[in-house]
Amino acid sequence: MILFILCLILFLIGLYGVMVQRNLVKIIIGLAIMEYSVILFLVLIGYISGGTVPIISESFENVLYVDPLPQAMVLTAIVIGLATKGLMLSVAIRLYKKYGTFDIRQMNTLKG
Amino acid sequence: MNALIPMYIIVPLGAAFITVILGRWLASIGKYLLNFSLLYLTGLTFYLIIYAPQTLVYRVGGFADAGGIPIAIFLVLDGFTKILLLIISLIGLMVAFYSISYTKQYTGEDKFYALFCLMLAGMFGVVIAGDIFNLYVFLEIASIASYALVAFGIEKQQLEATFKYQVLGGVSSLFILTGIGFIYWTTGTLNLADIATQLPEAGFFNIFVSVLLIGGFGLKAALFPFHSWLPDAHSSAPSPISAMLSGVLIKAVGVYVIIRLFFNIFQLNYEIAMAITVLGTLSMIIGVLLAVGQWDFKRLLAYHSISQMGYVIIGVGIGLLVLTRGGSEKVAILAITGGIFHMLNHSVFKALLFLNAGAVEYRTGTRDLKRLGGLAEKMPVTAGSSFIASMAISGIPPFNGFFSKVIIIIAAIQAGYYWLALFAVIVSVITLASFTKVQKYAFHGELHSKYKDVKEVPFSMAFSMTLLALICLVTSLLIIPGVRGAILQPAVDALLETARYSITVIGI
Amino acid sequence: MKGKKTSLHERERGMTLVVKKICQFIAPTIFLFGIYITIHGHLSPGGGFTGGVIMASAFILQILSDGSILDKLRQEKWRLELTESLAIFTFLVLAVLGLLIAATAVFFGNFLPAGTLGELISGGIIPIGNVIIGIEVCAAISSIFVALLIFKDEESE
Repeated sequence: MILFILCLILFLIGLYGVMVQRNLVKIIIGLAIMEYSVILFLVLIGYISGGTVPIISESFENVLYVDPLPQAMVLTAIVIGLATKGLMLSVAIRLYKKYGTFDIRQMNTLKG
Repeated sequence: MNALIPMYIIVPLGAAFITVILGRWLASIGKYLLNFSLLYLTGLTFYLIIYAPQTLVYRVGGFADAGGIPIAIFLVLDGFTKILLLIISLIGLMVAFYSISYTKQYTGEDKFYALFCLMLAGMFGVVIAGDIFNLYVFLEIASIASYALVAFGIEKQQLEATFKYQVLGGVSSLFILTGIGFIYWTTGTLNLADIATQLPEAGFFNIFVSVLLIGGFGLKAALFPFHSWLPDAHSSAPSPISAMLSGVLIKAVGVYVIIRLFFNIFQLNYEIAMAITVLGTLSMIIGVLLAVGQWDFKRLLAYHSISQMGYVIIGVGIGLLVLTRGGSEKVAILAITGGIFHMLNHSVFKALLFLNAGAVEYRTGTRDLKRLGGLAEKMPVTAGSSFIASMAISGIPPFNGFFSKVIIIIAAIQAGYYWLALFAVIVSVITLASFTKVQKYAFHGELHSKYKDVKEVPFSMAFSMTLLALICLVTSLLIIPGVRGAILQPAVDALLETARYSITVIGI
Repeated sequence: MKGKKTSLHERERGMTLVVKKICQFIAPTIFLFGIYITIHGHLSPGGGFTGGVIMASAFILQILSDGSILDKLRQEKWRLELTESLAIFTFLVLAVLGLLIAATAVFFGNFLPAGTLGELISGGIIPIGNVIIGIEVCAAISSIFVALLIFKDEESE
């Protein structure tokens, strides 16, 4: 139970980073922390008490395995996160080249 | 017949990969591949609508059910899905044909077409996915392709708009993933039809997961508190991409999933239905009030998108409320028909309006309404189709917007929600005022001397705009009972059979 | 061109000869480890994506330790992008082959024999899919890294 509360705390730390920080790169880091907390939550869901790693070895008759489906979901979610972060960082570098600063308070050409 | 279903994913993905491979040697292969693949998929959609009206289920990998539990990845095509396939392929074809001439101003054209194909593959995948995790993966494919497309011509405004879009879209995707995690924890399965049978009865868990999912998908659909990314992203993007985003993407990945989840998967719940309808009403009113004061052509159109999406959500929300209350089924049918018909109409005329704004910007170089004027004599095709689209969005007969708005208003009155009907009429009048302003300032009035020698836009852009204006007139024919029975009625039936969706798909 | 050579020469002084040679020894070992993880994807944790990332890290280690190959990378960058596109297209063809081969007329069908449990060559098309995805991910991550590096080099001129 306490592990889920720690996941929630990590999610809130990431959310703080996205909402409050002014530096572009820190916003991206906050989003990354949020994403890792959700991935941790997904792995925790699949845990069965007393289970072992879901890999088939010689004797697989009466062995209790943890749930392998959330682990497959997590692998996909990590790849999606990689693509998102790669694109965001490229946009951040281009923004730095155009404006000369990473501060988002200086970037307000779109108003109304 | 069933073997044609994966074509919706194979053809756009194949077109995208071949465009990247051959793009460095054959310069314009992207245009041909995109247009031909969309032509094929539009034909396939019409064929499936006319010749296969039943629900089609396809198991990827061919895995049979193990002990009665579905374990394969399902692709499901029922009546509601087919309307969305029609929207995506038809509007996509028009926009792809328009962008043949529009993208000549960009370097790296083949990357534009590859990203466009990937976005299409993502949208098709969301609409035909039969389990919730594949829906999430295709949603991310479409979203990431759209983030890259918004920033395509690399100017300051576009980069800033796409950064805001990306951060907000990323946060909403995480809410959706958390919701999927909770659903898997409780039900032990990811298949949509199986989730419908395994969810617990209404209680705290249902409301908690529903709130997470409305928050996540509501941001993709630009509902009221989550709409702040839309004006920036849709106004700064290149015009064909604005048309695709505003006309297709917010419907295929936002409104479609909300409707599918709350009609067929979750149990009918009065509080959630009321919450959805209230959010729809607020988007409708606030969208149009914010749009009135805008002088940027595309930003004004983006705010109107928020308002018209509110209409769709109201239509569907009234249907949901009536079904939850146990009211008359005829009123629910009327409301849901109005909502889905308005979704179809809005994609047609909003795409046409964004393509017109793009044509004006292509020739004059500005989007500011205060500086334009009198373009009607120089650009007759653009002015004519823009006039038709403005009349359609304001709800003037005989164009399609009138019929769908009238159906929603009548359904609201018959269900007893008189305030909703009043708000819908007032918002329609304000929309008419706003578009009269657009027509006057952009196309009539005095011609500025700087624009003395603008010409009409190139052939491909003019052709697609004319064709979309014709479709505006033709879709109002969907009211006629014979045509309605083929296209709109199966969609409403698929939604009305709420919990029996799982029986149709997996037989439980 | 002359200015660029001076700036590269300045940067080259960063890593000493010892570091460069050790990295030249270690990078093939890392690459071999990545191939092992990719091929045994159906028997142990790993598979296409994680093996591809490890293979890409071998390339990135080489680039980080020896900055003078940036010029050659600019010329040869198109090979990385072509490899990545061809690999992902081959994966789509593999999935469509399941549709065309009549034994299992279904998308992504498994048309090779399943074999015995626990052997290296078993499981139908899954090990082949792992290898293709491994090549694709390695090429993709390396090309992202090279693109960011060339962008930084052009910007600091």
